[in-house]
Amino acid sequence: MGQITLQGVQKSFGPVHIIKGADLDIADGSFVVFVGPSGCGKTTLLRLIAGLEDVSGGKILIDGKNVVDTPPAKRGLSMVFQSYALYPHMSVRGNIGFGLKMVGLPKDEINRKVEAAAATLNLTPYLDRKPRELSGGQRQRVAIGRAIVREPKAFLFDEPLSNLDAALRVQMRIEVTRLQKQLGTTAIYVTHDQVEAMTMADKIVVLNGGKIEQYGSPLELYERPANLFVAGFIGSPKMNFVTGELALQRGAATIGVRPEHLKIERDGGGGWQGTISVAEHLGSDTFLYVDAGPLGMLTARYIGELSLHAGDRVSLVPDPQRIHRFDSGGNALRG
Amino acid sequence: MARMATTRRVVISTAMAWLFGFLIFFPILWMVLASFKTELEAFAIPPSFLFFHWTIENYATVQERSDYFHHAMNSIIIAGGSTLIALLIAIPAAWSMAFSPTKRTKDILLWMLSTKMMPPVGVLVPIYLIYKTFGLLDSRIGLVFILCLGNLPIVIWMLFTYFKEIPRDILEAARMDGATIGRELVYVLTPMAIPGLASTLLLNLILAWNEAFWTLNLSTSHAAPLTTFIASYSGPEGLFWAKLSAASTLAIAPILVLGWFSQKQLVRGLTFGAVK
Repeated sequence: MGQITLQGVQKSFGPVHIIKGADLDIADGSFVVFVGPSGCGKTTLLRLIAGLEDVSGGKILIDGKNVVDTPPAKRGLSMVFQSYALYPHMSVRGNIGFGLKMVGLPKDEINRKVEAAAATLNLTPYLDRKPRELSGGQRQRVAIGRAIVREPKAFLFDEPLSNLDAALRVQMRIEVTRLQKQLGTTAIYVTHDQVEAMTMADKIVVLNGGKIEQYGSPLELYERPANLFVAGFIGSPKMNFVTGELALQRGAATIGVRPEHLKIERDGGGGWQGTISVAEHLGSDTFLYVDAGPLGMLTARYIGELSLHAGDRVSLVPDPQRIHRFDSGGNALRG
Repeated sequence: MARMATTRRVVISTAMAWLFGFLIFFPILWMVLASFKTELEAFAIPPSFLFFHWTIENYATVQERSDYFHHAMNSIIIAGGSTLIALLIAIPAAWSMAFSPTKRTKDILLWMLSTKMMPPVGVLVPIYLIYKTFGLLDSRIGLVFILCLGNLPIVIWMLFTYFKEIPRDILEAARMDGATIGRELVYVLTPMAIPGLASTLLLNLILAWNEAFWTLNLSTSHAAPLTTFIASYSGPEGLFWAKLSAASTLAIAPILVLGWFSQKQLVRGLTFGAVK
């Protein structure tokens, strides 16, 4: 079991409020990603759950039990750090087995469990090596092995893939997701990379300035962002925002359209007129950065190759079903 | 061309390095040579470099006149004792400053170091009087105590820089893995800090072994370490160069051997944190 509930959790460092009252319900076995810009408090929130920081207010319940006064070791969670945080003087075997040794398991049982975890992570040939003799990806796997071997109630991941190169990151992303599904253990994963968030999560928590902006499934966040912040943060390239007359016509202070929901037509169409200032041709996609005069810069995405270049005039037609409306406070307007 | 220039540069810099190395080593070499000369040859002008009448009579005289082993034992007790006590105090101090610093930590560290900026002679009279009152003059405990306190700031600084280099994440990982503070200490921190502890220990041992100001002023015979033993050869009756050299050679021999075998640790310890 690994159900985690936060009730009004707060954290301040002196006069600075880092977490301003977080309420959250994380179901057993789910993969929840905390995402947000740097300094939004996502890592702090994770460390509060881990017990590495003390809460300034509120409750953290693990399987219904308030753990705010329980030391990290007794919470039954395990954590994978951004820096891997492997014990440099211990072999891979020692690293993975350290937690079990602390619990006082007999040696042969530790060995059996360590070897099983190593097999799951393809680490068997490296069991007797020291961390410094491993590559970045292998070190990361050792850190994950150390987390899974204890059979925790939940895994906590603190930006674990940010030190890896792009190709390895994609591969590890898939591995972590697969492993979590296979074990069925609750996972909380912190990242600033919204692609990681979208691809890995069952549910995403978007944080900004110490507040939870929205909590929902990736598609929910994409299709029905609760406010301007979430609308702008989720999706790449980011959503276009238009204010003024065009927004007022639709009864909103701001309207938003995602780049992929703008139809690109040659000049003379009925949409928003503009001049292409930059065209990015990726083969699979074409991104156009269009200077639309009073509307500002707009980004449009075309699936496939489009032979348009900087300086060409275009007309962008928003999909009327996919226009997001926001009030003057930045909150989404429905209906 | 470029290659020749490089080769020439290597040859010149190697030669310079040897020259400087020799210049620095020369006084020690001269002392060792003088210890095998007779008193007359020791201050003969012009001095003879290698072609003199080699003798070991100085060593015999030195051992006869004053008990080398008694002083060596004092040196070992005083240097070793003061180092161990300093480490026992410094480890927890450096630990807490490195891992749970407060607003004043930097100030405390600087304040500790500032005590080393004061010339010791400035406090000689009060300390001498305190030692006299408490009967600590010419006692090993007294010397252990003063050398320990004198070197403590440096020991704490060195350990602090070492502990600072240990990533916090690793300690937190151990905490998540269920290690209590005690086990974190035994299984994670201490093994990681061993190189730092070792070089601190060595350096402090050398500093304490060579310390002459307090040992000369606060001891006479019973607790006198090797520094006092050397100094006794320059007395009002005159300067006995050859015997003084023999005594000095004997005094520095143990620490020289220790330094030779641990030079890698020492260099690492002294330059730690300087680059990177």
